[in-house]
Amino acid sequence: MITTTGLTKVYRSGDREVTALDGVDLHVREGEVYGVIGQSGAGKSTLIRCLNLLERPTSGTVTVAGQDLTALAGRGPRANAALRAARSHIGMVFQHFNLLSSRTVQDNVELPLEILKVDRRERSRKALELLDLVGLADKAQAYPGQLSGGQKQRVGIARALAGDPKVLLSDEATSALDPETTRSILQLLRDLNRQLGLTVVLITHEMDVVKTICDSAALMKNGRVVEQGTVAELLATPGSELARELFPVGGEPSGDDRTVVDITFHGSAATRPVISELARTYNVDISILGAAMDTVGGKQIGRMRIELPGRFEENVVPIGFLREQGLQVDVAAVAEAADTTGTDPAAQPAIPVPAAPLEKEAAK
Amino acid sequence: MQPLLYDNTLDTLFMVWWSTFYAVLFGIPVGVLLHLTERGALLQNVVVNKVLGAIVNIGRSFPFLILIVVLIPFTRLVVGVSIGPTGAVVPLAIAAIPFFARLVEAALREVDKGLIEAAQAMGGGTWTIIFKVLLPQALPALVAAVTTTVITLIGYSAIAGAVGGGGLGNLAYTYGYQQYETSLMITTVVELIVLVTLVQLLGDLIVRRLAGRGTRASSVRVGLRRLRTSVDEATLGTVDAA
Repeated sequence: MITTTGLTKVYRSGDREVTALDGVDLHVREGEVYGVIGQSGAGKSTLIRCLNLLERPTSGTVTVAGQDLTALAGRGPRANAALRAARSHIGMVFQHFNLLSSRTVQDNVELPLEILKVDRRERSRKALELLDLVGLADKAQAYPGQLSGGQKQRVGIARALAGDPKVLLSDEATSALDPETTRSILQLLRDLNRQLGLTVVLITHEMDVVKTICDSAALMKNGRVVEQGTVAELLATPGSELARELFPVGGEPSGDDRTVVDITFHGSAATRPVISELARTYNVDISILGAAMDTVGGKQIGRMRIELPGRFEENVVPIGFLREQGLQVDVAAVAEAADTTGTDPAAQPAIPVPAAPLEKEAAK
Repeated sequence: MQPLLYDNTLDTLFMVWWSTFYAVLFGIPVGVLLHLTERGALLQNVVVNKVLGAIVNIGRSFPFLILIVVLIPFTRLVVGVSIGPTGAVVPLAIAAIPFFARLVEAALREVDKGLIEAAQAMGGGTWTIIFKVLLPQALPALVAAVTTTVITLIGYSAIAGAVGGGGLGNLAYTYGYQQYETSLMITTVVELIVLVTLVQLLGDLIVRRLAGRGTRASSVRVGLRRLRTSVDEATLGTVDAA
């Protein structure tokens, strides 16, 4: 549905150059909710603005619904008619809602329809229908100033849907909202995704958002996508930073002479008594350091961090047994070493330091 | 009321009304153009912006009396005469256009860039952004700018007396001051004060009404509510028509 190839954006100010996007290849499938996560300054905001060419990429292509927008755009910074027509079918919602305070809620939703030159009666019908869809039918004549943050964002979503888009871009749509409102807005996006088959691309710095509604996710760092895939794929990738962030298990080892193993259960393996089998078969004492069950991307997943006595070399066989059971097993120290090959191995701690939680950026 | 006072009041109103009309008519496009050609704006164009900015600055730096004299041939060309209230409207308007244009530019600068981005994301072009986003969103600030311009023009119109423009300011000077009719002078000055106060009050009412749209905390005093509603509808009507 959305593909970018080699997307690069370089900002020039004077003789300094800042590379905001550095060769981003993104693949968003039709009908999925795709989350792009990263710290502020990672380039995710630039990325989403490049998807409807609010920002012109320095190089690379953007294809949305089979249309190469970068080819449509023509020269010069102004959007030509072809690009504007394409944009009117890509919905966008914003962190700060960006509603016109001079217009009523209904008139705000009608604005994109006015741009599309829809006649007055049809505009009104469509706007009311959309407001009904987002649960604000009774607020049509209110002004944005009279609404709460969550209601404003619902208006923003209704407005974004006015052009019957196939794609909805969400730029930190929930970052200015409280946790409860965030949940209801995410639920709405999820419902729209299912009911209308809407493809949603959202950028966020909140891992919870990805966890709640995303089918796929990409992690951005310094203008690059460092990991991307479906949530299931990510969780199945040993050493995946996103998987670790999505589903953290805590727990510190009790001593130096221990092996810490992270086990991820999904599918049928989740129902088998593997831990007691392991203990019985190999006669090892297993300590459970941490464990959690959670729903990620709509799937039940369990994760457990266990500790086996002895160093990794002594535990190769039991770990092999766990792998044979169809479980995903990450030996913590090994995973960490693989992550950081090339750096000074002596400096590596035996136990991975949990990646610093993504910084919560304050609402601007 | 003395016929003298009455005639001159009409002259003042005539001059202020028409010069404001032309200031708004030409000042809005100039202000919009100044705003849109700014660096990083929609129609970024350094050359147009600098040239237009320079013209506006020149217009604003002329002492008004000099402007009247300099413009005499132009005034005669446009309205056929260079004296009287009609002759005074031209220099008044020429002085007010750059003044008002700067106020428009400042008002538009206050419009949230996110709204422009939202309109662009919906597929809106430059005209859509000007007429559906910039001007409606800046409307309260634009009304405030008109208020300021009207009051400035009431002051300037007194100087227009130098070319026989008549008006209250001239009346106070020629009859009141030069012919020692102190009571007439005082009456005229009081009338000017009342006029300016009324304009400011009306302008503020409209601005508050427009800016307060939809905010729960809008401090509406009950006594003024009805008046404000009617004023609001009246202005909204004219804006829509325009």
